Amino acid sequence: MQLVLEKRAERSGTIALVSPLIAVGLTIATMVILFAILGKNPLLALHAYFIAPLTDGYSLQEIAVKATPLVMIAIGLSLCYLAKAWNIGAEGQFLIGAVAGSWIAVRTQGTDAGAWVLPAMLILAAAAGALYALIPAICKVRFGASEILTSLMLVYVADLFLDYLVRGPWRDPHGFNFPTTAEFDPVATVPLLIEGGRLHLGSIIALLVVAAAAILLGRTIKGFEIRVVGAAPRAARFGGFKADRLVILTFAISGALAGLAGIIEVAGPIGHLQPGISPGYGFTAIIVAFLGRLNPLGILVAGLFLALTFIGGEQAQIAMKIPLDVTKVFQGILLFYVLACDSLILYRFKLVFPNRQVTRGAG
Amino acid sequence: MELVEAIILSVLAASTPLLIAATGELVTERSGVLNLGVEGMMIVGAACGFAGAWLTGSIFIGALFGIAAGTLMSLIFALMALGLAVNQVATGLALTILGVGLSGLIGAGFVGERITPAAHLHIPGVTDIPLFGRVLFGEDGFVYVSIALVIGVSWFLYRTRAGLILRACGDNHASAHALGYPVLRIRTFAVMFGGACAGLAGAYLPLAYTPFFIPGMTAGRGWIALALVVFSSWRPGRLVVGAYLFGAVTILQLHAQGWGVGIPSQFMSALPYLATVVVLVLISRARSGGSTAPAALGTVFVPDR
Repeated sequence: MQLVLEKRAERSGTIALVSPLIAVGLTIATMVILFAILGKNPLLALHAYFIAPLTDGYSLQEIAVKATPLVMIAIGLSLCYLAKAWNIGAEGQFLIGAVAGSWIAVRTQGTDAGAWVLPAMLILAAAAGALYALIPAICKVRFGASEILTSLMLVYVADLFLDYLVRGPWRDPHGFNFPTTAEFDPVATVPLLIEGGRLHLGSIIALLVVAAAAILLGRTIKGFEIRVVGAAPRAARFGGFKADRLVILTFAISGALAGLAGIIEVAGPIGHLQPGISPGYGFTAIIVAFLGRLNPLGILVAGLFLALTFIGGEQAQIAMKIPLDVTKVFQGILLFYVLACDSLILYRFKLVFPNRQVTRGAG
Repeated sequence: MELVEAIILSVLAASTPLLIAATGELVTERSGVLNLGVEGMMIVGAACGFAGAWLTGSIFIGALFGIAAGTLMSLIFALMALGLAVNQVATGLALTILGVGLSGLIGAGFVGERITPAAHLHIPGVTDIPLFGRVLFGEDGFVYVSIALVIGVSWFLYRTRAGLILRACGDNHASAHALGYPVLRIRTFAVMFGGACAGLAGAYLPLAYTPFFIPGMTAGRGWIALALVVFSSWRPGRLVVGAYLFGAVTILQLHAQGWGVGIPSQFMSALPYLATVVVLVLISRARSGGSTAPAALGTVFVPDR
């Protein structure tokens, strides 16, 4: 007896819909086992992770704040992945966007610069993120260098560059030698939506990005091109679609969105530039993109869910002394289950009995 | 002279984890599987390797722990990418994300602990020969294992029937399957070998390179190992050249920081990563005529019956 995969005649619509839910369920089941191994009460831990953050207003806002960069980055990545262009350096594009936008904030600090500062920061951050993403895209299209490896290498470079700036030229002279810029001026800060709350304008921008992506993919020729180039490269060639140009375009868009997310994070919840501005948003966004099945609305839901795991992880650490790394393990396991369940859309499991066929043939 | 010897020794030490991990990945890729999870397998190997050595007091057992951990991680990859025919790029990324989390969890209790690092070979008289004595006869065990590994893999791929079959799976899995070779089983073994090597390479870091464990201590070495496989055109011999070149770049920037050259240290630290990008571009450009990559690399194979 042997368990084998068999290709379905057509992709299963039902499973396409429920596969993310199955994946989440399986992940939670695995986490229960992990909590038990760590000697924590699994039910209390699950409550701390998934229920407690939903019960107070502050945490709910915090989830939206954490989901904002995740959703924006993941939308960009989903365009790349649909076109089968593997941008995995969004973390670096996020950091470069944060650096570029902060440049304006640092330069205008203490001057009477007006309301143009924040829009200029957002635009410059998006442009810088896009340019940074174009490096691997052009290396790929022009020279055939693996965009996976080059985009990832540039994450380390961006990280070190940011580190240099805040320890060197941009360090706050009154900051007690901490590696950070001075707190941004009010004109260089993303405005809050609720006075005294946490929710800021960035969340609205993220929603607009989701809507724009839904229109791009569902209603425009460009969106159709992106999907065809990824799903059926041969057909795309016959259709006259230029795959190389789409690699450039999707990388540029995803870099711009990651850069924008970077400056919104710095000029919003954080308020100044410092090392460690991202708890790995660029990498977690990869999970968000896949969990959302590369669909804008799905990504919105998935982004909120992964933001919940960040907040829940922090609360579980405070309340139950569960290490923060459990959140990363959770996210990794989740991605595995998502990918495995996606496989069931195209294939089904089948038990085969090779021996019986032989005996039947002989008899 | 002392300085030259010291530099060569430190270059060898910096290159060895790259060489071990890249050799494993080369075998995996030669069978047609692209496992991007090298970084994840390495970092779990580092955490488990240190845990093993700290608990038992034996570097050898620590290395075995690292190998076992890397192999287990690679089995998850094999189950997904080979068993369930999931996209290999996405699975490899997932493996890295999972590995980073797991290593933090496993290693958390060992941060701040120290062990006695792996002993160096010492043959009285021979090791003391000036210039090359210590370089050739005074290394730790991992360095000799890495050299043996490359020679063994080279011999296996080009001189044995099994190696030929493995390469056939990597170049055309449909033909290999038609000839009756168990493609998925062969690829599973290749993936496991890659995992074992990555685990050993990861374990090298806390067992010989620095005698302690810090989270994230692989610092992208797994990704550089992947780039080295491309650099080598999937040939073990060139892997040695590539790994030692990279080790040299790493050591060069460390020494330059020490000499107080007027360049900020962060720019020097970025050098190995920038060098990887430049090398990938140069290699890919030089090869624009025809690719030397295994023809079936990264493609999904589901046997038809």
